[in-house]
Amino acid sequence: MAQVFIYPATSLILSDLVARFGHKPLGTALSVRERIQTAGLDSPPLQMTPDDAKKGLRWAAVEVPSGVRGRMSLFGPLIDQAEAAIIVKNPDFAFGCMGCARTDELVEFLIKQKKIPILELYYPADEEEGIIFVRRVRDFLTGLGGSS
Amino acid sequence: MKEKIPPLYAGTVTKYVFIESYKATPDDIAARAYEVSGQVMIKETCFGLQITGREEEVDRVIAHIRALDPAHIYVKDRGFPPGDPRRCRANLGGARPGYFGHEYEMGFIRRISIGLEQLENASERPENESEQKETEGLSVKRLMELIDQEA
Repeated sequence: MAQVFIYPATSLILSDLVARFGHKPLGTALSVRERIQTAGLDSPPLQMTPDDAKKGLRWAAVEVPSGVRGRMSLFGPLIDQAEAAIIVKNPDFAFGCMGCARTDELVEFLIKQKKIPILELYYPADEEEGIIFVRRVRDFLTGLGGSS
Repeated sequence: MKEKIPPLYAGTVTKYVFIESYKATPDDIAARAYEVSGQVMIKETCFGLQITGREEEVDRVIAHIRALDPAHIYVKDRGFPPGDPRRCRANLGGARPGYFGHEYEMGFIRRISIGLEQLENASERPENESEQKETEGLSVKRLMELIDQEA
């Protein structure tokens, strides 16, 4: 079973497909769960804290906006653990008030720096592409070995 | 003064179960989940369920649910447990932020369902499987076809 980083890290489709084909999806939920189940001095954090922007300095420079650094405090540890990655390119919902294009670029860059197996896709625009999408994900995950 | 919230359901996992099926409804999968619920906590929602408990217990319940309609039931992890006072709209006084991503993906998840159904039928493998359609511009493959036609 390989640990597969998915991006968008909140993707239902990628998370489901990775788990369905026998691997462990690394998505934001794992980072959030770790935070809220860990007791701090006062209590678990609301979600993000000022400290997260500092933790993000490991992956992004100090002049990078705090929003990017805060996001990297969630994604960074997952990228460090990742043994493979599946990235959907330019998803609409990862831009605008929901997401951050600079974080998207940085995450993609960091994953490519790791030299791990990467599958890059676009969301399917029709049924035929849906079939291709699923088959490509299946073939990629099967190639990682250890799947059930 | 900042309200102190102890860690809730430490050591558990929470998973979303989404259903997009013409054969079953969220009610159906809830009934099926209760059949084998054991020690897990199940919250029914309009899109499916949220299941909280020890990981192996949750996986067992999900495997039982999924057998109902494998290609149309989707599962993903959730960070917060259901009813968490930091996230639940009962405490926030209004609509809960989030679900934009789910809403977006659920809009075309039937295409993934079709892909999953087709996996079992290898004979219908499309010719251009190696790559998805180009989003814009002319693909090299198409250009070669045009050159061949003109030759």
